[in-house]
Amino acid sequence: MRLQSQVLSGSEAFKANRAAHLEALQVVAEAAAQATEGGGAKSRDRHLSRGKMLPRDRVAGLLDAGSPFLEVGALAAHGLYDGAAPCAGVIAGIGVVEGRQVMVICNDATVKGGTYYPMTVKKHLRAQEIAEECRLPCVYLVDSGGANLPNQDEVFPDRDHFGRIFYNQARMSAKGIAQIAVVMGSCTAGGAYVPAMSDVSIIVKEQGTIFLAGPPLVKAATGEVVSAEDLGGGDVHTRLSGVADYLAEDDAHALALARRAVGSLGGSAGPGARIVAIDTGEAPACDPEEIFGVVPADLRTPYDIREVIARIVDGSYFDEFKARFGETLVCGFAQVCGMDIGIIANNGVLFSESASKGAHFVELCSQRRIPLVFLQNITGFMVGRKYENEGIARHGAKMVTAVATTSVPKVTMLVGGSFGAGNYGMAGRAYQPRFLWTWPNSRISVMGGPQAAGVLATVKRDAIARAGGTWTEEEEAAFKRPTLEMFERQSHPLYASARLWDDGIIDPRKSREVLALSLRAALNAPVEETRFGVFRM
Amino acid sequence: MFDTILVANRGEIAVRVMRTARAMGLRCVAVYSEADAGALHVEMADAAVCLGGASPAESYLRSDRIIAAALETGAGAIHPGYGFLSENPDFVRDVEAAGLVFVGPDERAIRAMGLKDAAKRLMDEAGVPVVPGYMGEDQDPGHLEVEAAKVGYPVLIKAVAGGGGKGMRLVERPEDFVDALERAKAEARGAFGNDAVLIEKYIQRPRHIEVQVFGDGTRAVHLFERDCSLQRRHQKVIEEAPAPGMTAAMRAAMGAAAVRAAEAIGYRGAGTVEFIVDSADGMREDGFWFMEMNTRLQVEHPVTEEICGVDLVQWQLRVAAGEPLPCTQEDLTITGHAFEARLYAEDVPAGFLPATGRLAELAFPEGVRAETGVRKGDVISPHYDPMIAKLVVHGPSRAVALRRLAAGLKATRVAGTVTNLAFLGALAEHEGFARGAVDTGLIGRDLDTLVQPPAVTPGHWAEAALAALRLLEAEGWQTGFALWGALRRQVVLAQGEEQHAIWVTVQGPGEVVVEVDGDTVACRRGAAGWTFDGRPGGGVFVGDGTVTVFAGYGIPFEVVDPLAQVGEAAAAGATLAPMPGRVVSVHVYKGQAVSAGDRLAVLEAMKMEHTLTAAADGVVAEVMVREGDQLEAGAVLVMLKALAEA
Repeated sequence: MRLQSQVLSGSEAFKANRAAHLEALQVVAEAAAQATEGGGAKSRDRHLSRGKMLPRDRVAGLLDAGSPFLEVGALAAHGLYDGAAPCAGVIAGIGVVEGRQVMVICNDATVKGGTYYPMTVKKHLRAQEIAEECRLPCVYLVDSGGANLPNQDEVFPDRDHFGRIFYNQARMSAKGIAQIAVVMGSCTAGGAYVPAMSDVSIIVKEQGTIFLAGPPLVKAATGEVVSAEDLGGGDVHTRLSGVADYLAEDDAHALALARRAVGSLGGSAGPGARIVAIDTGEAPACDPEEIFGVVPADLRTPYDIREVIARIVDGSYFDEFKARFGETLVCGFAQVCGMDIGIIANNGVLFSESASKGAHFVELCSQRRIPLVFLQNITGFMVGRKYENEGIARHGAKMVTAVATTSVPKVTMLVGGSFGAGNYGMAGRAYQPRFLWTWPNSRISVMGGPQAAGVLATVKRDAIARAGGTWTEEEEAAFKRPTLEMFERQSHPLYASARLWDDGIIDPRKSREVLALSLRAALNAPVEETRFGVFRM
Repeated sequence: MFDTILVANRGEIAVRVMRTARAMGLRCVAVYSEADAGALHVEMADAAVCLGGASPAESYLRSDRIIAAALETGAGAIHPGYGFLSENPDFVRDVEAAGLVFVGPDERAIRAMGLKDAAKRLMDEAGVPVVPGYMGEDQDPGHLEVEAAKVGYPVLIKAVAGGGGKGMRLVERPEDFVDALERAKAEARGAFGNDAVLIEKYIQRPRHIEVQVFGDGTRAVHLFERDCSLQRRHQKVIEEAPAPGMTAAMRAAMGAAAVRAAEAIGYRGAGTVEFIVDSADGMREDGFWFMEMNTRLQVEHPVTEEICGVDLVQWQLRVAAGEPLPCTQEDLTITGHAFEARLYAEDVPAGFLPATGRLAELAFPEGVRAETGVRKGDVISPHYDPMIAKLVVHGPSRAVALRRLAAGLKATRVAGTVTNLAFLGALAEHEGFARGAVDTGLIGRDLDTLVQPPAVTPGHWAEAALAALRLLEAEGWQTGFALWGALRRQVVLAQGEEQHAIWVTVQGPGEVVVEVDGDTVACRRGAAGWTFDGRPGGGVFVGDGTVTVFAGYGIPFEVVDPLAQVGEAAAAGATLAPMPGRVVSVHVYKGQAVSAGDRLAVLEAMKMEHTLTAAADGVVAEVMVREGDQLEAGAVLVMLKALAEA
């Protein structure tokens, strides 16, 4: 049935909500704008003076004109490394090349020479993970000096460090997921393996270089004096070494060659890969622009999540499942841009019934191979003797098991709070949704700040009492303040996105589009048959 | 009487003849060359016969095959159109010998007018004024030079058997005579197999005014005059009827002379008597001289039809069927004014070189009589005349007709080849032309302003950029979707000599910002289509690597493909055919050392010989063509390598 909005768009509350959301959005938009500037005006000018295209222009030049670009990790490393690595020095996202969705990973040489900070590595690996799960061909636009040496301990040795990039390339290539590299600048040391490990590599004449050790290191090691071009320039690699396959005249030529390489992939990138024409579907009957008005500014104010669903799904049609049972979890079928989805959305704290219902619904979608969309706004599972005794942990475990083991693609959107075990049942990051997006008003932490401060204060007061001391209210408030502040800071979506706990913060009004692009990418890979774990009955 | 007619021609004239023949209840038979198998004139015929290969000598000039085709298909008459065999007396003889009707004059009349010197003598005897000149049989260069001096410089050397400007040379100074004579004779030999020339006085401010005549073998009428003074190198560009500034007395005198000329040779059918008129001191009754008579239907006959309200093809067919003249001289009057503009596939900035191409778009506005033999999607091939269409307009007055012409040209859409549309448009808006101050030197004098490149605005660049990136029709929320800032994309376009790297930022469906050479253009799609900085777009045609913006007379843009640059570098030493044409001669051999400017080969295209020279000193690496080869534009003739490499 078509959902009807109960909200009055002219009300004072609506206006106040909208103003607050716009303010929160503005903070993120400013951060995002800053991130797209890369390494600043001076280094951009230097980059341009070398005849190179700016990294974002390279990405645009690769993609089909006017096609959608779903950027991943746009705010990575925000506020980290003293702000030295905007966008983590690498642009990543899903774009369309020759009508096919691909993962683009583009180094930004204006950011510390495109060297890899820990977050750069994490972002690169996350983009590869998405590509692998969605079977998207990867195009690497390489222009990087390799590992960021001052941070070598955090980028080189561990499992999910630099080496994993090439491991992923090899594994993806083995799965038939095309790996294409375009060398548009340096590709030094470990970085040399990006083109070398690719199925096809393109190098720009007198601009791209690939070598395990650059001229200074060669001189130090063996005394040999050699120019970068003679050591590992485009001419050398396409004529002598065979490390690269195509020699490009300039960036534009290289990108055109990369487009052609993607165009000639044939059916190798998965059965659905060819066409990315996305059905626009019937627009929601309720205006997505109103999302800001219908969602309360304060996370603690309850509201009906159907108001959000009505502003995301095709025609605002929602076939709600088990509407009268476990009402704090809203489940149902809908379509986004013509794609079937099962929605699981919070409408209050999780009870045993809600959890059981959620597990049931996940089973239904898994059976039917329908992707799941989680709209997360959860303070957690209900606490208290009654609930523990009736086995809420058992029911919660059922839901967590279902969510963890289903094979259908999951896309999670944090539209409000994400606290405690609710995060698990609602496909938080640990549950490997294909994509996880957040709204600027969302907050994420193990529990609410006041609750955490309260727990710590209770422990402290008990200790003081045992020692026979007293604790004034002022002292308690002072004790709580750092915890409250820490939780407030760390639960902010910018803090989260900077650390890649998610794939990005989005404008809530674009939720429908983001979901559609995410689902389209996710459905590029065949949906496997689900085999659930043991449900605690 | 015949019920089936074969049209021994192609293109617009074949289509034109068949249209009338069909309306008269006749069956139409088309003939065609292999290159024309899918042509419009073939499609509209009731039956069609293939004559042979693409070159006219293998097809449209094969009189034996044409006559055989007529006999096979039961045609009782052959209409020759213009050009090809239309003025070939041997063909007329053979047609009649085969028992068929030739729609046109008899063999004798054609022969009488075919050789210009004899024709002039004949006209002189009939009391028709002729231009002073030498038409003698003594072709000794020394003698000709003496005769030229007698006529007085400047003089024109013309091929006796010629027409349409071939074998014609203007000589302004005596010292240039010998060289010009040699070249005129060579051209005449190549074109007509007869290198005899005549010499005539060159008139300083000449107008080309011709009189349409129509005879039934004994009597003739005239259908007034046409002014064909707007010419470029003796090629008519815009014709009109009646002639501006014509007086009743002069018209009567010219008409009478033309009728005398026609009756003197017992002319049957449609013919044109061309006069040269000296407009240096206005129209004078003693200021016109006979030049030649064209014994066929003229290209520009529609302007006469428009002002007289007659169908000349219908008249031709009726007289050919034995009917007497359809009307008397008294019945004929002039109503209003008409113009005809000849739309050609030609590269105006490159010096009006003939062009080829597939007509990706071809549309004419309402209210214009467009005589054409091609449709959208057809190819203008190098084998034949590159005319696309004749645009004919009529109006109650010259000013109104001219305005209709200008408006009609503006609303004409052609893409897929370069054309002279903008040139025609500039002429239609030429102030002197509007005043009626025409003479055959007008185009030459004002050529620079007439061939000015179109004024291209940032908005045009923006529209072309959006078209090149296929963004004009892109719809749906996906267009330009980005989480935060929109991406900007580059596209490189070239227009004439200018090339720009254009930045395009898609901010959403129907909302694009374009940066062109320091200018920013806001592009928006509204209910009525796209606007560029608030101004509506001209509409576009997107071809393969090209975009035409229909502003002005159509602005062609080239989309620069980054993948193409390697190919260009490889072709650095190549000498290319600047236009489609036939290789007349090759002057170098493999291994020969050449200096910059040395003649490599000569290419003949559209009545002109083009000498291709070495761009730089070097050695001939390879000669890719032989004499007689037919080339497309851009074909490589000779590869050179630099001396250092050699």
